[in-house]
Amino acid sequence: MVKKLAKSIRQYKKQTVLAPVFVTLEVAMECILPLYMVYMLEKIQADNSIGNILTYGGILLALSFLALLFGVLSGKFAATASAGFARNLRQDLYYAVQDFSFANIDKFSTSGLVTRMTTDVSNVQMAFMMLVRVAFRSPVMLIFSLVMAFALNATLAWVFLALVPVLGGILVFVVFKVNPIFDKVFKKYDAMNESVQENIKGIRVVKSYVREEYEKKKFERTAEDVRRDFTRAEKIVALNTPAMQLCMWFAILMICFLGSLVSVQSGGELISSATLSSLIVYAAQILSSLMMFSMVLVMITIGRTSAERIVEVLDEKSSLTSPENAVTEVKDGGIVFENVSFKYSETAEKFALKNIDLVIRPGETVGILGSTGSSKTTLGNLIPRLYDVSEGSVKVGGRDVREYDLESLRNAVSVVLQKNVLFSGTIKKNLRWGDADATDEEIVRACKLAQADEFIQGFPDKYDTYIEQGGTNVSGGQKQRLCIARALLKKPKILILDDSTSAVDTKTDALIRKAFREEIPDTTKIIIAQRVSSVQDADKIILMENGEIGAMGTHEELMKSSPVYREIYESQNKRGGEEE
Amino acid sequence: MKEKKQGGAGTMKTLGRLLKYLFRYYKGSMIAVLVCIAVTAAAGISSSVFLEILVDEVIVPGIADGYSAVAQTLTTVILSMAAIYVVGLVCSFLYTRLMAIVTSAFLKRVRTDMFNKMQSLPLRYFDTNTHGDIMSCYTNDTDALRQLVAQSIPNIFYSLVAIVYLLVVMFNSSIWLSLVVFVGVAAMVLCTKSIGGRSAKYFVLQQKTTGETEGFVEEMMTGQKVIKVFCHEKESKSDFDEINYRLFKDCETANKYGNILMPAINNIGHVAYVLVAIVGGLFVLWGVPNLSFSGLESAGVGMGAIVAFLNMSRQFTLNISQVSQQVNSVVMGIAGAKRIFELLDQQPETDDGYVTLVNAEIDENGNITESEKRTGKWAWRHPHKADGTVTYTELKGDIRMFNVDFGYVPEKTVLHDVSIYAKPGQKIAFVGATGAGKTTITNLINRFYDIADGKIRYDGININKIKKGDLRRSLGMVLQDTNLFTGTVMDNIRYGKLDATDEECIAAAKLANAHDFITRLPEGYNTMLTGDGSNLSQGQKQLLSIARAALANAPVMILDEATSSIDTRTEALVQAGMDKLMEGRTVFVIAHRLSTIRNSNAIMVLDHGRIIERGDHEQLLAQKGTYYQLYTGAFELE
Repeated sequence: MVKKLAKSIRQYKKQTVLAPVFVTLEVAMECILPLYMVYMLEKIQADNSIGNILTYGGILLALSFLALLFGVLSGKFAATASAGFARNLRQDLYYAVQDFSFANIDKFSTSGLVTRMTTDVSNVQMAFMMLVRVAFRSPVMLIFSLVMAFALNATLAWVFLALVPVLGGILVFVVFKVNPIFDKVFKKYDAMNESVQENIKGIRVVKSYVREEYEKKKFERTAEDVRRDFTRAEKIVALNTPAMQLCMWFAILMICFLGSLVSVQSGGELISSATLSSLIVYAAQILSSLMMFSMVLVMITIGRTSAERIVEVLDEKSSLTSPENAVTEVKDGGIVFENVSFKYSETAEKFALKNIDLVIRPGETVGILGSTGSSKTTLGNLIPRLYDVSEGSVKVGGRDVREYDLESLRNAVSVVLQKNVLFSGTIKKNLRWGDADATDEEIVRACKLAQADEFIQGFPDKYDTYIEQGGTNVSGGQKQRLCIARALLKKPKILILDDSTSAVDTKTDALIRKAFREEIPDTTKIIIAQRVSSVQDADKIILMENGEIGAMGTHEELMKSSPVYREIYESQNKRGGEEE
Repeated sequence: MKEKKQGGAGTMKTLGRLLKYLFRYYKGSMIAVLVCIAVTAAAGISSSVFLEILVDEVIVPGIADGYSAVAQTLTTVILSMAAIYVVGLVCSFLYTRLMAIVTSAFLKRVRTDMFNKMQSLPLRYFDTNTHGDIMSCYTNDTDALRQLVAQSIPNIFYSLVAIVYLLVVMFNSSIWLSLVVFVGVAAMVLCTKSIGGRSAKYFVLQQKTTGETEGFVEEMMTGQKVIKVFCHEKESKSDFDEINYRLFKDCETANKYGNILMPAINNIGHVAYVLVAIVGGLFVLWGVPNLSFSGLESAGVGMGAIVAFLNMSRQFTLNISQVSQQVNSVVMGIAGAKRIFELLDQQPETDDGYVTLVNAEIDENGNITESEKRTGKWAWRHPHKADGTVTYTELKGDIRMFNVDFGYVPEKTVLHDVSIYAKPGQKIAFVGATGAGKTTITNLINRFYDIADGKIRYDGININKIKKGDLRRSLGMVLQDTNLFTGTVMDNIRYGKLDATDEECIAAAKLANAHDFITRLPEGYNTMLTGDGSNLSQGQKQLLSIARAALANAPVMILDEATSSIDTRTEALVQAGMDKLMEGRTVFVIAHRLSTIRNSNAIMVLDHGRIIERGDHEQLLAQKGTYYQLYTGAFELE
């Protein structure tokens, strides 16, 4: 995992190395300081002269300014390194998702991907910054301070050496004891927040069922559960401070006692009061560096979960790629399904499509009808190879779709997805997704075909009207027509409309189909719909039932042969039509 | 930034309120915590004092007079030090532990207070605040509050106590040297202000860019399939690179300032430390008379005093830097607390209703008596304040609106002069374009919103007199946006009637035609639904929410696009079941498909908040108006 993430450091290697280097230098200065202070004080005591004070004082001042400089530099490099690392990580994630196939996309939820690119990346960034700064700082500080303490007075320094494993032991105990509890409690915490979110979203349901009290009780239970676990974990974490103080104060006590004892017994030669003071400083540095290290451990564990979630995406291999020596030319809009079966994952028990055999000639209009869950959409998605078949083969223009270059295939097969989106930007910009080089005339023509030109002309800014994120400033029917126009601009050989006119009124729906018939007769048109009226005049209507072709034929044929078709027709027509 | 503009007063007020909130519930614990912190801080400082005593009374005389002369003093000093440390440790143990308990309990209280408040708020609140904003009270703001309460408050208090102690001791020791330390402190404060201020500015900027990036990524991830279909990956990547680079730059700058602050403060502390040594040395050299609280001493500064002072100055600057470290989390915590208080200060939904809904028994003479059991009959219990009597009115489902005007915001009226008469057992349908006001009407009947002008009567009672909970209980609602909750399928159906048996739930599911697909789910009725039922199709979710409403079995039903995502064949089956259930009850239906409402007793055609046509199917067709056009639209195609 670390190796995989480390790949994202790339151009920030220099800063990543320099940050800890300067941290080390800073620490070195900070550690020499108390030792030198002792020299100075002892010197003054022995021979108090201006020269001595200024020389030693000057050196000390220089040392502290160097420490300041190194500290600032390390901070700067760490900032660049960590921000840069996060940048590359986000980029790697984003690029990985761009290369995902539909099957890969289905695995992750949109919000899951967004969280990975934002919250998770910033958690890892924090951990990374900790790693290059504090994680180096603490052990270096520990070692340097120990060395200096020994240089000052070896006898007393043994006290520290004895205390390090004691405090270290306590801290490690706390971290290991607490981490599993925190893991658990953070999950509960997330679940609690999710339930709040659910409540906010469903507030109308809560209020209309008068379930406020019930919801309050439910929340009280969850919040209490979280509180109990948090308290348990925090109580253990709370041991850190007294443990640290215990060691620190014990060290001071020992230094004071032993120091005074040795000092007095040896007649003031061995240990000066200045040494005592500096030893106390070292004690503080050693113990606090241990403390910081345990904090780093906690940060890294928080980062670990996020890192795992990031690597999950980076590791996801796109299940669909263009073959070598791919065919780049789609000959015509003919489609053949040869004994096609499909399931969404290898482990799925149920086939979404079973034994489909189907021949569609270029230029034909085919309607696909069926109840929800009958795999109409799935059938359409196999044609531009958004998914790969499990068995059998799908042929477009006489060749297996797996032989084509993906981009060429998808440019020839245009799908208007059921859950379609427009992106923030002008109408023109959105339409040019279909063809980046389309002229204004071509755009207007596509919109006329899709019956969108009229309402676009009605907007004050016409084709330059800005579409808000999610297309919230156009109605459902307008959105669908814009999506159709966008797909038409590709000048596809095959056009698949997946329930793309459901929000369009029946009259306009009919006009769109009429335009298709007259203006793009050579394009194969596949219309997936709920409404019989949308497919009634197709050359061929396929009635899907539970992933199989239930019946196939023209409207007249099916009215005679298929009771299910008749039933659908009657449910819609005998009792009335539909409204926009 | 915003806080700053409003001045420090608002911030202090919020902090004061927060402390009051904290102390109201945990007064004893908090006082104990503060006392313990004060003791612990004193114990921590004591080392400096003892060091001076040791040097002056043990080491110096010891060197001169030999060990035996000072052995007694040494033991006493060390033992008293140990005693103070033990007390300090006990206090430290106590306050950290207490704080852990208090913090968790306090946060739970904040959360439940927020949640309880939220349940009582009118829908208007949820309309005017995005879900994301409300959620961040529970997540970011509560987390910031945790940081403030658990870490910053005790740490700052500890440091402040230590600073006060040290000030006293330092001034007592040498005023000259204290002044040197103050120069250092002044530099630290300036540094915190300038670097900290800049860092805060860039962190705000970074926050903004992060938001933009999040918006961009969200849009792209939502449209990822469209990107694939249009082979638009390259463009999408380059757009991302641009915004990602901006985020990197802002993040880098913010962190640079953030990272510099600590080393700068620490090392200024070092400089001050060295300066004290230099100045102290010079004082000794020149024999400058020491100035302390006890007055001008002619003796001059001693070596022991300088050593002790060095130690103190170090502790002093350490504590100052401790406080400056907390500045960020204090600012964030207070901002969080402010938003939390805003939520807690919201006006709850008012409910002056006193007419309640009861189960009733009605004898053949039409006399109504209240019943404990579910009798399948309901009545309105209407107490009269004037004479203390209670009358009962049978719930029939007669709902009338008279000349109702309404707007979600006062400036924009969305319903104009709407009058509706729904007689018991009638099916009333609303037809019209999106935004014509169909859903708004139903929102007024259940008092999600209160009307501006006009009257609504329910069985002759003004609905303002009916207790909101009882009013809503009498109205079964199925909304277009089906909201399911985390839990099993069974739990979700049972939401309609909490004490329903499994058999009742299954019966309701069968009625809604949901039984079939439920049994095909991996665990049947025990299948867990997560994230608002993301593992179900929209149509399946609608079937479940119909089952939920069927189980609730309310005397009046409101169906708002309840079957919009269900295919027409299944819809016909659901419709049959619903019709059977609703026989003899008043139903309001909003539907997209005219086939769904054809058999209604009255159809209201709405346009821009006005009823433009009303009548049953045949009458409206005969009128050859808007309804006729809508209805026949389908047949023009023949």
